[in-house]
Amino acid sequence: MTRRLLLAPVAAWLLVFVAAPAAILLAIALAEADPGVPPFRLALAAAGFSMLVADAYYLDALLSALGVAAMTALLCLALGYPMAIGIARAAPRRRVLLLAALMLPFWTGFLLRVGAWIGLLRDEGWINGMLRAAGIIEAPLPLLYTDGAMLAGMVHAYLPFAVLPLFAALLRLDPTLAEAAADLGARPPVVFLTVTLPATLPAATAGFLLVFIPAAGEFVIPELMGPPEAQLVGRVLWQEFFQNRDWPVAAALAVALLALLLVPIRLFQRIEARP
Amino acid sequence: MTHARPGATMTHARHGATRTHARHGATTTRGRFVRIAMLAGFAFLWLPIGLLVAYAFSADRIPFQWGGFSLRWFAALAANERLVEAALRSLRIAAGAATLAVALGGVAGWALARFGPFRGRAAFGALIGAPLVLPEVVTGLSLLLLFVALEGLTGWPAGRGATTVLLAHATLGAAFVAVVVQARLAETDRSLEEAAMDLGATPLAAFRTITLPLVAPALAAGWLLAFTLSLDDVVIASFVSGPAGTTLPMELFSMLRRGLTPEVNALGAVVVLGVGAVLAVVALLLRPR
Amino acid sequence: MGAPLQAAAPASLLRAQALTKRFGTTLALDALDLEIAAGEFFALLGGSGSGKSTLLRIIAGFEAPDAGRLLLDGHDIVAMPPWARPVNMMFQSYALFPHMSVADNIAYGLRRARVSRAEAASRVAAALTMVGLEGFGARRPHQLSGGQKQRVALARSLVMRPRLLLLDEPLGALDAGLRERTGFELRALQRATGAAFVMVTHDQEEALALADRVAVLDAGRVAQVGTPRAIYERPASRFVARFLGAANVLEGRAAPGRFDSPEAGACFAGDIPDGTAAVALRPERIRVAPGATGMNTAAGVVEEVAFRGDDSLLLVRLAGGATLRVAHAEEDGAPPARGAPVSLAWEADAIVALPA
Repeated sequence: MTRRLLLAPVAAWLLVFVAAPAAILLAIALAEADPGVPPFRLALAAAGFSMLVADAYYLDALLSALGVAAMTALLCLALGYPMAIGIARAAPRRRVLLLAALMLPFWTGFLLRVGAWIGLLRDEGWINGMLRAAGIIEAPLPLLYTDGAMLAGMVHAYLPFAVLPLFAALLRLDPTLAEAAADLGARPPVVFLTVTLPATLPAATAGFLLVFIPAAGEFVIPELMGPPEAQLVGRVLWQEFFQNRDWPVAAALAVALLALLLVPIRLFQRIEARP
Repeated sequence: MTHARPGATMTHARHGATRTHARHGATTTRGRFVRIAMLAGFAFLWLPIGLLVAYAFSADRIPFQWGGFSLRWFAALAANERLVEAALRSLRIAAGAATLAVALGGVAGWALARFGPFRGRAAFGALIGAPLVLPEVVTGLSLLLLFVALEGLTGWPAGRGATTVLLAHATLGAAFVAVVVQARLAETDRSLEEAAMDLGATPLAAFRTITLPLVAPALAAGWLLAFTLSLDDVVIASFVSGPAGTTLPMELFSMLRRGLTPEVNALGAVVVLGVGAVLAVVALLLRPR
Repeated sequence: MGAPLQAAAPASLLRAQALTKRFGTTLALDALDLEIAAGEFFALLGGSGSGKSTLLRIIAGFEAPDAGRLLLDGHDIVAMPPWARPVNMMFQSYALFPHMSVADNIAYGLRRARVSRAEAASRVAAALTMVGLEGFGARRPHQLSGGQKQRVALARSLVMRPRLLLLDEPLGALDAGLRERTGFELRALQRATGAAFVMVTHDQEEALALADRVAVLDAGRVAQVGTPRAIYERPASRFVARFLGAANVLEGRAAPGRFDSPEAGACFAGDIPDGTAAVALRPERIRVAPGATGMNTAAGVVEEVAFRGDDSLLLVRLAGGATLRVAHAEEDGAPPARGAPVSLAWEADAIVALPA
């Protein structure tokens, strides 16, 4: 009885602030654009969706966002595997320090880290300044507002999400497995490929998805560090909503993004649910 | 033990003692490769931040050009009323949202870990966890649409600002708190609560004397997590806030859009050193005695 | 129903009547009947899924039976919540509260019962002394060894002075070397406190060695109840004979006064009632008897010999195809070698006839 009394307010909160917004989002995605306030008229017009289908710009935004997210996740895994192995292997006291070193940048704030990269990469930034002072270049290299800058920013932002599940899996991994493989004649790279990697594959998949899912909708980094032509879905949705005031198209984009992420999200939940 | 045979008792000997947790290979070739690759990863993480903090003490107007040691940008930061106001507003929102998130997520995590199968459990779990997997733009947009619809239907909330940001952040934070609390309870032996009841504790007394002290660290960690998430969020806040509710990340975002200023460096230094100091204090307090 | 219950033996402390419990489609307890006397050490012995743990949790009050009655001193306690029952339990995991000291753990139940601080302190001290842990009161559970944790859990339950103490696999988490000693200590504590101990175990040696009476559970029912010796020497069914480990069970057909087992290639003469479907023969009741023939003998070939200290275990493949376990005592001389043909013999009173 007390349990029900405790649960009821939480359930009500979730209905109002999670379920209802989703329903409204879908309703507006199906609505018709209208020059009034609010700028839509409820209908079963699916005007937003027909725009998405009609204009290749939107499909492009969705697909390139998924591409950038996948690239970011793969780079995070490539950079994250040795870090996770190194941290898992360290002695317990050192391990705590290394984990702190991994998490501390994460705790300093997302925008400040983006700012740090901007400072590093822009024309009057640290890298161009150093290269110019050394006499290697005359004019500043265009580093910021490139795909590379965008990827560096994204990897920097999401790296811990890839490292932490890998680290947890490596810590659980019986160290005698690698020793047994070595005892049977496997050299270290072979041990990694035949024992460590297969044993940590679920964690690597989880890490990939933990990066991929939020990165697919990323708005801030493409906006502040990417090239103008990197019109990813997060950015396009933002513009449609704030600049073009086309709520049905923005809502339809959100629904389409969710639909595309449904498979990775389900996959992630299944990996997490495993014992 | 008349019927016990020495041969038979042998089968009870445990074999668990042979597992060690020592990790080897730090000196092998692979060990060196891992070490170098790990250091490269940490350099990638830390170099931009280190430079940001270092150049906060530079007197030069160009943010990444050394102009001699100075604290002038810290003074400029403190004098920037707009920024200071936004920072205070953000701290208030974060504290409120985190507290609300702990209440909501604590109950939710407890229910999911301990209430057993109840009607609607699957839907409840999906709803509490949804903000974890939804892209920020989707969460932000759908919550804004909710607030607009609510205002149209009921007149509340009248406009958008700090309150709507707080509600949105509490919903987001609750998802994280629920996960942390549920995980903590899942690794806590369920028979502890049964043992308490077996020793005469009513369910309420068992909750107060056993469950609550055991999840307290998870609640504290969840509060801190929700607080940080709120302080760090720019996308959701940009959607659900109004002209009177600009948060620190929103201010910072528009500053970065206009181009990096030395004040951003100074703010970065304040945050990095502040967070570092807080973590160091926490580490000292939690140090095993 | 009231009148016959009043007539129950005065020594009966706990009585389970037709207890039934289902989890989904599996039947954990199948109309189980059981009676436990005051002050006895009782063992519930069974494999996993036998219902022994469910029965323990129903007695403690953590599960409610779907049907049946549970009487403590003649009163039905099914509706009584766990915190109100004069029954305490020692958990298999010990369930020591990690955020409390040893003394606070032991005092926990006394606090809930609003025992005065002074009395609680002296009872905690006495309980610590009783389990041999004087001076450990200020420690935390994680600072204790497995054996010490077990004693704290025991002290925490016994300090409540229960009429009935439930022990869930009390020796299960201990090292082999510690089990025998701890078993004797449990018996001593049981005698000293006079409480009835009900122990759940899957280990037949533990049950036979510690308990005054043993109930062997199978598929939610009591297969046999009795003293350890009775159960060991006179198993009532094939299941009990096999579960208690060492007995040889031989299938065959009963004839008046005898039992023919084709798989043994042997003829058993003795007390064989009608309807006997199998016989049990304990390994230590079989002896190597060169040249023996006729009733109550068998011939075979030694397949394996295992030295066990005071005897050797022989696996003998009989002419009929069955393999017999034979304990060959050291004082009977060197055991036959592997591969040697042997003749075996046993006394008529060693034969236990088992019904279908």
